Amino acid sequence: MSLPLGTTVRVSTRQHERHHRTPGYVKGRRGRIERAHGHFRNPETQAYGGDGLPEQELYLVSFDLPGGDRVLADVFEHWLEAAE
Amino acid sequence: MHDRGGSPTDAPIDRTEHELADWEILMDAIENALEHRGVMNTDQMRRGIESMPADEYERASYYERWLFSTEANLIERGVLAPGEIDERAAR
Repeated sequence: MSLPLGTTVRVSTRQHERHHRTPGYVKGRRGRIERAHGHFRNPETQAYGGDGLPEQELYLVSFDLPGGDRVLADVFEHWLEAAE
Repeated sequence: MHDRGGSPTDAPIDRTEHELADWEILMDAIENALEHRGVMNTDQMRRGIESMPADEYERASYYERWLFSTEANLIERGVLAPGEIDERAAR
């Protein structure tokens, strides 16, 4: 599955105690797909010496802030959920 | 310790540049050589840093965190015995 640019998504709030790259401050936030970076090995298994396969798609996601600013963060697809 | 971006603080950001010490340049080289040789990877490096006790993390400099993680990863892989670096340094 590949998410089209402009898609509105929500970052998962699921518990994940082990190493992962999803910043806590975007969890549960609604964002928009700005760019598809391509597929990369999964850091969540590579961090423990695993092969990181299957590769996961990585996106640049934007989050609107009050006042017109935006936060941009790279988030893997398996952390993104459908949003209104 | 991770997700520092999510910790609000009023403390000013220290933007001062500092000269790297020889050991810091060496630390960078060792870590890159270990990655190149497939002994450890960037994600293992990051996990090792995140596993530091919070107070130790706060006290440590950037490359002290690299040292902590690299040593922990090498012990985990059995390349180093626990305490081996300290033991050799004490000689």
